[in-house]
Amino acid sequence: MKSLFWILLTCVCLNTSFAKDAAPLADDPVVEQRLISISEEMRCLVCQNESLAGSRSDLANDLRREIRILIQEGKSDDQIRTFMVERYGDFVLYRPPVKPITWLLWIGPFVILVIGIAVLLRYLRRRNQNMPSTTLSEADNRKIDALLNQEKRDGLND
Amino acid sequence: MKAKFLIPLLIFIILVAFLAIGLNRDPHEVPSPLINKAAPAFDIAQLEQPNKNFSPVSMKGQVWILNVWASWCVACREEHPVLVELAKSQIAPVIGLDYKDKREDALAMLARQGNPYALSAFDGNGRVGIDYGVYGVPETYIIDKAGIIRFKHIGPITTELLNHKIYPLVSELKKS
Repeated sequence: MKSLFWILLTCVCLNTSFAKDAAPLADDPVVEQRLISISEEMRCLVCQNESLAGSRSDLANDLRREIRILIQEGKSDDQIRTFMVERYGDFVLYRPPVKPITWLLWIGPFVILVIGIAVLLRYLRRRNQNMPSTTLSEADNRKIDALLNQEKRDGLND
Repeated sequence: MKAKFLIPLLIFIILVAFLAIGLNRDPHEVPSPLINKAAPAFDIAQLEQPNKNFSPVSMKGQVWILNVWASWCVACREEHPVLVELAKSQIAPVIGLDYKDKREDALAMLARQGNPYALSAFDGNGRVGIDYGVYGVPETYIIDKAGIIRFKHIGPITTELLNHKIYPLVSELKKS
């Protein structure tokens, strides 16, 4: 546990120390572009809230070197992703793959949305039904007429 | 109908349960995809005898323990006495993988703290470590007779872990 703490601490320190040189780029900018696009989608396992592209931890350096080699060997992006997942698990991917264990993760929010809408509709429908529909008695009607007539007269007098 | 007021309470309890589980899990303990898979092959020089190589193939037919360590790793120093104890029990050979280290530093550490390893393989550039998904030294693997990884532990092993997990598992694997 302690080693992890120190590794983490060095990650944090290295991030703020600008004295360190940038990691050497591969000669081929195309390779480098692909490396960045792949590694931006991957988690650095030592500094877990950093991407592999952005992390300066030792392990991230090694893994970028490894990905560079794989690119130069002509491996596809998918093959490289598989290489990483075989070693570090789905956890390295920022976008978890859709499979039975992650169904809840992907579909969960929509399920909750559907439940929410259903509850809302039920509530609104019930509220409409519960609205008291009062019927006016003969006496009420007469009173209303009287008031309306009075208002009309008042209006004319003005 | 009567129990309707209990629904928010129920939702709250479920939420608390999820949060409690989430908070008590160590985010650094990433489940290894290597469990129940064949231990990745390698063939690299040994630490003490650089002219000799070590390959997991040579361990086929016996249960063994692979411990990834390095002289620069503080937790490894902490773990070291437990490893010595494990080696003394002679329950299974302990093979070291000296990860991203300098040969002289590693040898100095073994001279200072004792050497629990039957032998150590020297993984200076960390290439073998990548194949084993190493990201937080020390890491310990138990590999069965057929060369399948049965257990992985990240971080220093403790006497408790030794007694409750490692010894029982190794004895069980040895029987099969």
